[in-house]
Amino acid sequence: MIKLSLVLGVAMAVLIAACSKSDDVDEKVTDGAIRIGVLTDMSGLYSDIGGQGSIVAAELAVEDLGGEVDGKPIELVSVDHQNKADIAAQKVREWIDRNGVDMVTDALNSAVALATSKVVAEKKRILMVTGAATTRLTNEDCTAYTIHHSYDTFALANGTGTAVVKQGGDTWFFLTSDYAFGHSLETDTANIVKKAGGSVLGAVRHPLSASDFSSFLLQAQNSKAKIIGLANAGGDTINSIKAANEFGLTETQNLAGLLVFITDIHSLGLPVTQGMYVTSGWYWDLNDETRAWSKRFFERMGKMPTMIHAGVYSSVIMYANAVKATGTDEADGIMEWLRNNPQSDMFGKNLTLRKDGRLVHDMYLMQVKDPSESNAAWDYYNVRQTIPAANAFQPLSESRCPLITGGSS
Amino acid sequence: MTFVRKHAVLLSLVVVLAIAPFLFYPVLVMKVLCFALFACAFNLLLGYTGLLSFGHAAYFGAGAYTTGYAMTAWATTPELGLLFGVVTAALLGAVFGGLAIRRQGIYFAMITLALAQMLYFFCLQAPFTGGEDGLQGVPRGKLFGLIDLGNDDVMYVFVSLVFLGGFWLIDRIIRSPFGQVLKSIRENEDRALSLGYDVDRYKLVAFVLSSALAGLAGATKTLTFGFATLTDVFWGTSGEVVLMTLVGGVGTVLGPVIGAVVIIVLQNELADKVGSWVLVILGAIFVVNVLLFRKGIVGEITARFNRT
Repeated sequence: MIKLSLVLGVAMAVLIAACSKSDDVDEKVTDGAIRIGVLTDMSGLYSDIGGQGSIVAAELAVEDLGGEVDGKPIELVSVDHQNKADIAAQKVREWIDRNGVDMVTDALNSAVALATSKVVAEKKRILMVTGAATTRLTNEDCTAYTIHHSYDTFALANGTGTAVVKQGGDTWFFLTSDYAFGHSLETDTANIVKKAGGSVLGAVRHPLSASDFSSFLLQAQNSKAKIIGLANAGGDTINSIKAANEFGLTETQNLAGLLVFITDIHSLGLPVTQGMYVTSGWYWDLNDETRAWSKRFFERMGKMPTMIHAGVYSSVIMYANAVKATGTDEADGIMEWLRNNPQSDMFGKNLTLRKDGRLVHDMYLMQVKDPSESNAAWDYYNVRQTIPAANAFQPLSESRCPLITGGSS
Repeated sequence: MTFVRKHAVLLSLVVVLAIAPFLFYPVLVMKVLCFALFACAFNLLLGYTGLLSFGHAAYFGAGAYTTGYAMTAWATTPELGLLFGVVTAALLGAVFGGLAIRRQGIYFAMITLALAQMLYFFCLQAPFTGGEDGLQGVPRGKLFGLIDLGNDDVMYVFVSLVFLGGFWLIDRIIRSPFGQVLKSIRENEDRALSLGYDVDRYKLVAFVLSSALAGLAGATKTLTFGFATLTDVFWGTSGEVVLMTLVGGVGTVLGPVIGAVVIIVLQNELADKVGSWVLVILGAIFVVNVLLFRKGIVGEITARFNRT
């Protein structure tokens, strides 16, 4: 028995040793290089909007920077967090402790982003969230080391809510996913709709990952509301859009997706999604700069980038600019510099970092094109309105971030 | 010498744990230990009582969430937080187990899965869990109000002790007369019944013990990482613990530990090397396991040793 357990013990040790050998990094190199970690979902439900595309976006940024900042090489590492916060937090901890990673980007999935932000703040590195949508990152759970980059649920609700009412869609009915995320998206949007002068006729809650939307959609249809707000995400959004078409809802009413990405439109197709309102922080066909960048992205990925991909690119560029200007990779100095120096790049102009960690920029209200209007694959949106940075996000005065309210964090 | 002989497995684990942090990243080892304890608790039920619970993440998650809640909302010390998590998981195990043990085989597995899914949806909606954002920012606190667990090295020692304690307890249960009765139930339930054992009561006690230990594992994980998320109560986690136990060797003391090491280390180390292939590789390992070494790693090695 003793012999046996010894053998097993040694086998266990050898196994872990074999697997973690590559983590041993020469400590001296750590200070001589800028290391950026792309934390994303490569295999799960978010892999389309982030995933491999996020890594490609970061690589494009490194190429544009010439692979270095002031002679110090930029190195990229990436990990598939498998949508598990514990894998993400543990991996980021290891990145920082053993691999000398200075900045982490993407962080899709709100649980992952929140868990990672605590680790990053504890270790005084920087997290640039371009993937996760939760406003908790700039409210209750804000830290001095988190930058929330591309969008958040407030901006999406706000953009779609206000703009759609202005475009004449003043009566709303909500189709809401029955859990915290859906509820908060519904409440946020309903408040915005009312503030803009619209009215909310009702709402129906459907369970998460519902398979049959017929009864919910009939209620939506009977409400006679002009706009059906989809306060759900992922597969639920896709299925409810499909079902809405089958029921002929879209002939008399318009859908407003509150969390819809261009990849969702791509997989659903224009005939099903035409006329839908979507808010986005970025679109590949905005101007020459975005088109040129997206073309490079397309060559490698075979699909157009989402706002998350563009955000990852922008976050790497921003970080490199800050390192160049401050001459250090020390997080406090970089955050301070970014707060005082608004950035401009392919993602947008005048990207301003607020004290609560929110990166403020223009948002866009899009309407999905008619199939006849669309000239090519991925030509999906008409930009209906630019929502100026000042009105796009939750006002700083409403922030519940302890750094703003002065409470203890 | 008899002491050494009797506790050979435990002592070799102590040695491995003492060396491990010098060789490997301590936080990874802590995570492995939490899941190893979880798998050991599961093995108590599957390996020694013959009950396949397919919803063990419920108790793991219940421990994780309640400890996290106690630590954040009431600012309790970690040992009280852990205790609260363990008691909640045990109570939940008593209720769920009490319902599930009335049926056998596939029905038992399905009932445990259904009840665990109910808890999942409860956690998704309950206000205190933070829904899909998870319960975040749980402090590690000071053990007995004295020892600050914020330091990773101190935490490592603490997690190791919790694991060794749990492991010792399971080992003790298996060797006890109570454990012998459990094994007899596993081998032939009717015969155990005919010998006069109250089979249902034995099963329920085993179920509650297993859930309490799973809760302890979840609670320790929350303390280590500072959060509890929906992953902890997700059915995928229930599946993972079955995988760990089967790969390591069901019904062996050390099997689940080895299984947890293999699965967790692979999940972590492959995450930045092969990306989305992690799940495929884990699936392939399971297939190979079922086809070639059904007794699991430890089970096969033991069989070899016994043959020679």
